[in-house]
Amino acid sequence: MDINFVIEKFLLVTILFSISLVIAMYSTYAERKVAAFLQDRLGPDRAGPFGILQPLADGLKMFMKEEIIPSNASKWLFMVGPGLAMLCACIGTAVIPWGQDLTINGRAVPLQVTDINVGVLYLFGVVSLGVYGVMIGGWASNNKYSLLSAIRAASQNISYEVAMGLSIIALLLMTNTLSLKEIVAQQHGWHWNVLYQPLGFIIFMVCSFAETNRAPFDLPECETELIGGYHTEYSSMKLGFYLFAEYINMFVSSAVMATLYFGGYNYPWMDTVAGMVSPNTAALIGTVVLFIKIFAFIFFFMWVRWTIPRFRYDQLMNLGWKGLIPLAIANIIITGIVIAVVNKF
Amino acid sequence: MESLSNKKKVLEQKPLNLAERMYLPAIVKGLGTTMSHFFKKSSTIRYPEQEREFSINWRGMHSLKRDEEGRERCTACGLCALSCPAEAITMIAAERKPEEKELYREEKYAAVYEINMLRCIFCGLCEEACPKEAIYLDGPIVPSDYLRKDFIYGKDKLVEAPLEK
Repeated sequence: MDINFVIEKFLLVTILFSISLVIAMYSTYAERKVAAFLQDRLGPDRAGPFGILQPLADGLKMFMKEEIIPSNASKWLFMVGPGLAMLCACIGTAVIPWGQDLTINGRAVPLQVTDINVGVLYLFGVVSLGVYGVMIGGWASNNKYSLLSAIRAASQNISYEVAMGLSIIALLLMTNTLSLKEIVAQQHGWHWNVLYQPLGFIIFMVCSFAETNRAPFDLPECETELIGGYHTEYSSMKLGFYLFAEYINMFVSSAVMATLYFGGYNYPWMDTVAGMVSPNTAALIGTVVLFIKIFAFIFFFMWVRWTIPRFRYDQLMNLGWKGLIPLAIANIIITGIVIAVVNKF
Repeated sequence: MESLSNKKKVLEQKPLNLAERMYLPAIVKGLGTTMSHFFKKSSTIRYPEQEREFSINWRGMHSLKRDEEGRERCTACGLCALSCPAEAITMIAAERKPEEKELYREEKYAAVYEINMLRCIFCGLCEEACPKEAIYLDGPIVPSDYLRKDFIYGKDKLVEAPLEK
């Protein structure tokens, strides 16, 4: 293995990691601002100009708070829980292609940590591991309410994982590959998958709302029924990690949606633009476009959160099992038939 | 029977049609509503720097007034205390000495005048009862405090500042 490869991957991982953290940090700020604007308020504006230092103040507050581990809690697992949630949220970004290859000193540097040929499966695996953080946290607290909430979170995530997996199968039938880089490359220019798979996209999006525990599917956290939810017993930065992981998850699932359905770093007339600037600049423009798409999705997540009231738990299960799964299967069948017909003629 | 106001609405409970059962149209409509608020002017008042104006019939903290020569108007007649439904006002009257002529308008004055702000219901009856136009509820919001005893406001807090000579 050559040393440049190691340096390049190390740099990429570090940059991605810091970008995820910074975006998650400022998502908390954006969330409050968006909520305020949607409700005719101003939101945080005291810390720094427009309140942009608010996340730092919140973080400092989290770190300064007293840390309590309940005496009957399983201490080791209690500490592992938030870390696991955070870890699973962070490693999802590894397979997402952030742009076209850069050329530095004659070396092609891919803007993707790793292009594994089972990229989609890896993503699903990582996302479903995230529920372990919640489950372990709820279990280790030795609190019945936390456990109930954790079980709710787990069953919700598993239920929606099924519909999510089925909705992606129709997409994979079309693209014929599991590599995210390949999927993005096939959407070159305007051929975004959302145009061919609108139903699949809607199912996928609804499921990612449920997977990230965002409203209207934010049932694991519930002040009215189960005190605070699975993190009732958590305090200080351990609680912060759980909340933070949610925001990183939101960032990752926005990135996944942009990559799978909205063309990733592709944008209309990109060939014309690429003709006018150097290849490296063109690749970086693509990356910027991808981030704009991601931010649009993050905004959409927040917009929905402050619009729609949460579901009741039985409604949630009803929608998942009786609504989305049959729809996803129907989508697979239709896609299959269309592909068969198109290949025939 | 015909309703008097014509505001009565008959509630219809039809089964939901397909579009309604799909939720999505309603969700899109809801998103439109919230988005329209995104661009509206916020109604926030940035409190410490900016204060909301009180309405003209606002009843705030009491103040004991002085007359145009700077003498206290109150003669300790006790009508305010008598009219107070919450019994928040107490006072002790005293006789004015000759050298105090510039301080008090009449021969009798309130040596002690106390209002218990925890009892006061800001009904404004003291203001109405006062024959000397000595008490008005034209002050700000009563500030918060930690101890109950600090809510008993004496003359030090109630009487207007002396006139500038």
